[in-house]
Amino acid sequence: MQFLANPTRFLRIANAVLPYVWAITVALFAVGLYGALVTAPPDYQQGETVRIMYVHVPAAWMALFVYTVMALASAVAAIFRHPLADVAAKTAAPIGAVFCFLSLATGSLWGKPMWGAWWVWDARLTSMFVLMLLYIGYMAIWAAIEEPHRAAMVARVVALVGFINIPIVKFSVDWWNSLHQPASVFRMGGPTIAGPMLWPLLVMGLAYALLFLALHLTAMRAEIAARKIRQIQIAEIGDR
Amino acid sequence: MNLILALIKRDLTLTLRQGGGAGTALGFFLCVVVLLPIGIGPDQALLARIAPGALWISLLLSVLLSADRIYQQDYEDGSLDVMTMGPVPFEIVALAKSVAHWLSTSLPLAIAAPILGFLVNLEPAAILPLAIAMVVGSIALSLIASIGAAVTVGLRRGGLLVSILVLPLYVPVLIFGLSASQPNAAPGLTAASLLILVAIALAGLVVSPLASAAALRSYLK
Amino acid sequence: MELNAQGLTCERGGRIVFRDLSLSLRPGRLMQLTGPNGSGKSSLLRLIAGLNESQTGSVTLAGGSEDLTLGQQAHYVAHQEPVKGALSVFENLAFWRDFFGGGDVDEALEAFDLSRLSAYPAGLLSAGQKRRLALARLVLVPRVLWLLDEPTVGLDTSSLARLVTVMAKQLDQGGMIIAATHVPLGREPDVRLDLGAAA
Repeated sequence: MQFLANPTRFLRIANAVLPYVWAITVALFAVGLYGALVTAPPDYQQGETVRIMYVHVPAAWMALFVYTVMALASAVAAIFRHPLADVAAKTAAPIGAVFCFLSLATGSLWGKPMWGAWWVWDARLTSMFVLMLLYIGYMAIWAAIEEPHRAAMVARVVALVGFINIPIVKFSVDWWNSLHQPASVFRMGGPTIAGPMLWPLLVMGLAYALLFLALHLTAMRAEIAARKIRQIQIAEIGDR
Repeated sequence: MNLILALIKRDLTLTLRQGGGAGTALGFFLCVVVLLPIGIGPDQALLARIAPGALWISLLLSVLLSADRIYQQDYEDGSLDVMTMGPVPFEIVALAKSVAHWLSTSLPLAIAAPILGFLVNLEPAAILPLAIAMVVGSIALSLIASIGAAVTVGLRRGGLLVSILVLPLYVPVLIFGLSASQPNAAPGLTAASLLILVAIALAGLVVSPLASAAALRSYLK
Repeated sequence: MELNAQGLTCERGGRIVFRDLSLSLRPGRLMQLTGPNGSGKSSLLRLIAGLNESQTGSVTLAGGSEDLTLGQQAHYVAHQEPVKGALSVFENLAFWRDFFGGGDVDEALEAFDLSRLSAYPAGLLSAGQKRRLALARLVLVPRVLWLLDEPTVGLDTSSLARLVTVMAKQLDQGGMIIAATHVPLGREPDVRLDLGAAA
């Protein structure tokens, strides 16, 4: 952490590793998608629609993972005052929000053939929906506060409080769901999932994670550049 | 302790004299409650079924919209500056002000709401469990509202933003509050839900002053 | 006892307002801060009060309390007046008395000639009267360091004389005052700090 806190050093490392990260990402997607769309068997109940899972489930994983990254970066920023940690948290949010949106959208597409409705207030969907709201709130705080230093400090509070909220929401929504619906309409088997279906899912998960890494490094690089431009503009305008 | 009491007393006095406390919040609460039957039709059976939920949602919104009173004025006139220089940590100030908000706004609403339940055909058996759940839940509502108010205190158009930030945090309170308000549920379920509401309120007692004070400090800089 | 500030930097919105600023002040001394608008007078006072933080350097009160922060040993009177219109003049000060733990409200009101107005709602006060009510906090609770930001704004001649008297008493008792103002304070400051020249 200490080592990466220096923006110049961070940029040098990011520039060096980014091409490799992109290359591995593309390769993993190629393998994962081949597995998901070609070699994996159709589900005996759901048929071909089960293939949405390979897009949907890793997106949901990443939506949660990215929020965790955001909260960790916020905690690091609050405790150690590393400006780069604020940059990391800020730039992670839109990427996480897109993953979250992707999981909601594909969940909805999947829901139509499975449940006969575009949207069902299932426990998982509901928690993801709340997570989406948390992402929107976090990004709105950055957008609403003009002064970057102040925005960073307030955003840390929002990210950390939201992070505490996530497990409570998860718990409450499961509780609520068990009260209102006799049983979940459809449950994915978790570990009982068969091998030929499991490995493409895991490869896709890894591909998503590397995609996040690539996008995040790029976004951080852009944010650092934007801050530099701001500094230069302030210097050029001068005092008078 | 004297200091905390002095702060609570001051905020209560200010709310009472300036209006806009429980009175206005109650007015808003009534508006939401009245809009519901108009929106979904006057079917008594349907209303009775959704009554606890409708009252809970009205309570959430009323508490939320009164939240800006907690810090806004003291931020603008510099009182908060002076309060950071007092003999106690600033977190205690935030806690005292949240307690004052609960006493002046959330608690009166939580007591009045079940009584006004007849407007949405709330069954009489549901009044008492709803009142108990709302009184407990309203503690958490005020504490969470304090975070939202602190995070947006220096923003001119903070109203919509505060809703986006706070409503996701209200989801668990709503769920367990409703679960504790069911008159016909198994007694164990009501008790368990109430206990979880208490747990959320206790967690709020720790998290809310820390988060509110941190957010307020960044606006004072 | 001595107030020491070393190597302070003030940054606002990405601009450096001042850098590597140092000052020191001993008991019984009055420091006057001058400098054009935006030279960081208010920022410096807020920094000493603990409301802002400096990326570099430190502010310490040598010989002060070990348990209290500098802000907890100082009074800060800003541009805005933390005065509640819905409370009476007396109630306004009584709250600060309870908040800070002790002090004589009547004496503080008397010092700024507000006793007559004690029972009126503070919302009815004129700008100058509000200013005096804000300043009365200085007398209410003794604190060793006073940080005054344009304390004379809105004060008439006789009120200014009262402020001068109160300040003289603070200095005689071994207190310290830092005042940001361009107006003569009724006595020659012991130290002058021109922030415009320092930048």
